[in-house]
Amino acid sequence: MPDLPRKKVGLISCSGEELPEGTVTRRAVRKVLETLRPDDTVTLCLPLFLAGGEGERSFARFYPTIAIDGCDKRCAARATEKYSAKPAASIVVTDIAKECGCGAIGTARRLNAEGLRLADEVAGKIVEETDRLLKKKPKGSVGGFDRGKS
Amino acid sequence: MKRKIAVVPCSGIGKSLGAAAREAAFILAEDLRPDATKIVALSLLVMGDEEARREVEGGEAVAIDGCKLECAAKGLACSGAARVNKVAVFDVIRRHRGLKPEGVCDLNEDGLKLARATADEAAKIVDDANAEGGHA
Repeated sequence: MPDLPRKKVGLISCSGEELPEGTVTRRAVRKVLETLRPDDTVTLCLPLFLAGGEGERSFARFYPTIAIDGCDKRCAARATEKYSAKPAASIVVTDIAKECGCGAIGTARRLNAEGLRLADEVAGKIVEETDRLLKKKPKGSVGGFDRGKS
Repeated sequence: MKRKIAVVPCSGIGKSLGAAAREAAFILAEDLRPDATKIVALSLLVMGDEEARREVEGGEAVAIDGCKLECAAKGLACSGAARVNKVAVFDVIRRHRGLKPEGVCDLNEDGLKLARATADEAAKIVDDANAEGGHA
């Protein structure tokens, strides 16, 4: 049996500096990469992707990706589709914030406690999508308002 | 009213130097030169957002990049800026030997010092650009 490369999911966050939701995308993606699903995910650098990074673009052509955007301009999702392939899943932080009834989340430079909780909630959503794409069974609590902090 | 200089950090998510570039942009635009600079999101700019483009077109801009690939500078160069002034975190760290930045979402103390040093260099560029009077 050949030793095939492990299937991973690429996470692309917008990291937008003009809105606190952009900071939420960053924090959520790093939490998934470092803590929640380190063996199943990689991050794709959006600036590099936009600047023509062939490694990032090739990955997104052949592996499933999740675009995580701060606002409905959806720069990460649109860039992924434009330069590689349509993302397998697309998450918009402002949508999650509405679903959670989230209040003010701080600034782009410093999220407040509500912002950190929102980042946990978004991280949970990324994990759900990652498991779905890799056809994994849920591994229990992943953080968020209702599920408790992991 | 004088037009603000657009500041575009790369905000790379894979390394501490990208995080330092992002933090440096905040230090510059919020603490050091709030009246002279404005952060513009690289992703918006490259994806053709009209408002972001208006902030950049025909004016001075500062790109703050974490690594040698210079994604922010490249993005600005394609967005109609009259002059792109480059600040490279990977160069700044050479001038501040001993700093060992770590972390991405939460930079360690050395990472924050590196961001401050980068912002200081960017502030000087902003001052020089304004002194030249080339920024309408």
